[in-house]
Amino acid sequence: MAFIDYYKILGIEKKATQADIKKAYRKLARKYHPDLNPNDKNAEKKFKEINEANEVLSDAENRKKYDKYGEDWKHADEFDKAQQQNQQSRKGSQGQSSRNFSESEYSDFFESMFGGGTTRGGSVKFKGQDFHAELHLDLKDVYETHKRTLTVNGKNIRLTIPAGVINGQIIRIKGHGGEGLNGGPKGDLILEFSIANHTNFKRDKDNLYATADIDIFKALLGGEITIDTFTGKVKLEVKPETQSGTKVKLKGKGFPVYKKDGEFGDLYITYNVVLPTKLSEKEKELFNELAKLRSK
Amino acid sequence: MSKEKLILINQLCTHYQVEMSLFSELNEYGIIEILTIEDSYFIHEDKISIVEKVVRMQKDLRINLEGVDTVLNLLDKIDDLQTQLNTVQNRLRLYED
Repeated sequence: MAFIDYYKILGIEKKATQADIKKAYRKLARKYHPDLNPNDKNAEKKFKEINEANEVLSDAENRKKYDKYGEDWKHADEFDKAQQQNQQSRKGSQGQSSRNFSESEYSDFFESMFGGGTTRGGSVKFKGQDFHAELHLDLKDVYETHKRTLTVNGKNIRLTIPAGVINGQIIRIKGHGGEGLNGGPKGDLILEFSIANHTNFKRDKDNLYATADIDIFKALLGGEITIDTFTGKVKLEVKPETQSGTKVKLKGKGFPVYKKDGEFGDLYITYNVVLPTKLSEKEKELFNELAKLRSK
Repeated sequence: MSKEKLILINQLCTHYQVEMSLFSELNEYGIIEILTIEDSYFIHEDKISIVEKVVRMQKDLRINLEGVDTVLNLLDKIDDLQTQLNTVQNRLRLYED
């Protein structure tokens, strides 16, 4: 358990007055408050630290204990015993306590010195902390709606992942976050999807993009080619005199539209005309003949 | 709008230990919409998270309602920008992969 320098966290000196502490706390709280920094885990962590620092330093008795035993916190119990002998009762901190995260999220250091959060918290009920999690899926996984079991804080949550979820999309699952404060409702689970694409298709929302190589003869004379779609192969008619870079749309062969059953985006195929290499003498002769014909 | 999704404001006042006037002010600022059914005042449960945010901002940061309204508007803008950024990043992957 590492020593936590609460003065450093608040950016104040050891001789800081109560007014200095209050000022430093408020300034940092405004900067790092979770409501002002949604989905920012660093800000949330920082806010917890400054809250903890404030709760220790803004309470005269806690501050005295911290100043005396802070770096050697293991002796704090002895301090408490001495305090009891002097028949001094420990007062509870009346610091800012209306946060939306659970009490257990105080540092081990705080718990060991000031005892499990019993000195904190008003009677206001607040919704529990929202838990943030990232779910890594493959593009193929989100082509169809499927169920998945997640383990969050030791509890299994069975979720239905709708087809067509987008990379970076965030969904909120009510009631699967932290316990409420003073009996308030549970927080939510905020799930961010991270979708890796290991296919040959590029995706933009519901549309898919791919390239298809065609040889010079199909490009010039037209013909049939077989291409891959996300769900299998299809035959495609190439028009005569197709230029390299020509784009064709295969309606409804794209990705499923999120939460719109049976609706699909489109698949765009860009033709890439591949020129023949290692020409034989006969081929060169024929191409020369063609060239002469074109230059006439 | 189904009634079971409405929360009685009196209950919320007790729950969050705030005055009814806070809800009236939030209504005036357009942050929530107060619904009156048979002489009782309700808000939709979807607005609970906003009310909690407001209460926390007032208690933790001592921001007045004008400030809270400004913060909420800016947070909405950040949210829109985040969505746009996400779309742009996904589109950029079309050229990077």
